[in-house]
Amino acid sequence: MDTILETKDITIAFGGHVAVDEVSVQIPEKQFTSVIGPNGAGKTTFFNLLSGQLRPTKGDIYFKGESITKLSPTKRTRKGIGRSFQITNVFPNLTVLENVRLAVQSKKQVRFQMLKHFKSYKDQEEKALELLGEVLLKDKANSLASNLAHGEKRKLEIAMLLALETEILLLDEPTAGMSLEEVPAILEVIHNIKRQGDRTIVLIEHKMDMILDLSDQVLVLFNGQLLAQGTPEDIMDNETVQSAYLGGLYDDNSA
Amino acid sequence: MTNLQMNKSTMAYTLCAIALLALPFGYDNRTILFLITQVFIFGIFAMSYDLLLGFTGIVSFGHAMFFGIGAYSVSIILDRNEPTMFYLVIGAIVAMAIAGLVSFIAGILTLRLKSHFYAMLTLALAGLFLVAAEKWRSLTKGNDGFVLQIPELFRDRTNLYLTCLISLIVLFFLVRRFTQSPLGRILMAIRENEQRVESIGFDIMHYKVIASVVSGVVASFAGVLYILSLRFVDTSVFATEVTLDALLMTIIGGVGTLIGPIIGAGIIEFAHHWLSELSDVHWIFERWIILFGIIYILAVIFFPRGIVGSLMHMWGKKRYKKHNQTKNEQKKVAS
Repeated sequence: MDTILETKDITIAFGGHVAVDEVSVQIPEKQFTSVIGPNGAGKTTFFNLLSGQLRPTKGDIYFKGESITKLSPTKRTRKGIGRSFQITNVFPNLTVLENVRLAVQSKKQVRFQMLKHFKSYKDQEEKALELLGEVLLKDKANSLASNLAHGEKRKLEIAMLLALETEILLLDEPTAGMSLEEVPAILEVIHNIKRQGDRTIVLIEHKMDMILDLSDQVLVLFNGQLLAQGTPEDIMDNETVQSAYLGGLYDDNSA
Repeated sequence: MTNLQMNKSTMAYTLCAIALLALPFGYDNRTILFLITQVFIFGIFAMSYDLLLGFTGIVSFGHAMFFGIGAYSVSIILDRNEPTMFYLVIGAIVAMAIAGLVSFIAGILTLRLKSHFYAMLTLALAGLFLVAAEKWRSLTKGNDGFVLQIPELFRDRTNLYLTCLISLIVLFFLVRRFTQSPLGRILMAIRENEQRVESIGFDIMHYKVIASVVSGVVASFAGVLYILSLRFVDTSVFATEVTLDALLMTIIGGVGTLIGPIIGAGIIEFAHHWLSELSDVHWIFERWIILFGIIYILAVIFFPRGIVGSLMHMWGKKRYKKHNQTKNEQKKVAS
């Protein structure tokens, strides 16, 4: 199993606060890796370092053996690292279709064409519609993104991410803030991506059943440090993890 | 369906254009024709402002500088040479080249940062140009300004009217196509959410600089036409009021609609004209800018979409209702 993404001692400090502290991990290719940890453990910051929204204070990030530490988010996306955001991050006043079409346009590298009408690129629109079908959002194609329900926005996020056809998908809490009824649909979408088996997926989640169900590997972050790394079973059995993160949960169950 | 709508709007614009083209041949009020010519010129200028504010979400406080660059470049070149068409064209080219260069530099210096840095730098640069125009007397004749000769063709008011109108039409359709191009769509996405544009793999810096340059060049062309209509130039073309006018026209007409700022230009110019005439009635009308200040505040609070924006919004709602109705009816029929 090849490693596609690797971090070596990455650290980021905001003033005196060390949000991510010397984390070294390997993300294996075409596997499903989950990142868990209590609130404030540094999960999203870790993602921001991987996708380039933040630059590490120390340490390096390698993509297929090549250092990408100094690359901008744009360049990392073009290399093959796509991400979705925890707080929905779409283009609110554009239609759902247009949101996805823009991502398709990026993938097709139509960047500086300024004289042709965007609608003349039929292939982009078709591809965008196909992706909306994949995330079960096709009937909303012509609504404004701002009019979508929260769960639908999350689906849109994923459609935009899929449009980039990146090798790695970084999913930052795709079910955050969703109502219980909305979760199964998004889970189905993620399952479908996993089933295709051609992507490396890294997921941040709080829902343990989802993690156990999907993951090949689990990383546990605690206070910015990597507490444990292993298969879901290993993590469930790991006592440090239990006391630090799951401890309370188990006490409640046994009581 | 959307294609049909687009053709409809293009048709409406074409009809308006034809009506305006025919106007000077049937209507002979020189003052009003001159006023409409000014509307065309400021329409171009406000449209260029909308490209930044409405489409890319960049605020510029120094847009007057491009207008002034256009005005002074062509004035100085026509003044120092024979006032022929040849030198006018040279002047216009020089104007657009300087404006392009300045907007490029302002862009690469500040657009990497948050947008208010661009606002501050353009404000500072516009101030710099104003001071330069005041102090560099050998070139600009300072605050007094100067009268200039223009090519024979444009001394005829009707010709000038038609030239400005045709420029407006051509630029409108060009800029509209620009905003509807794949690149234009990226600009709109930048307005909506910069971080996301970056993360889907577009380098936002490139696009913002392009928007800044295109907008600057178009604005400078408006400056060139302005000089042809006045045949006089002074430092007022660099004044902050010029930028504020563009801002007001854009906001009242409808930010991000392109046709809105042109309509806004019409409203502001005519209001200016009529309010100034009313100064005999009451002194307050002479200070029409005070009234505009109030209109401006009210517009931002109660009418943020502007005229065209509000109309489009209402129309969109109606269509949505109709769409839902037919959907429901279909459902009923099906059940």
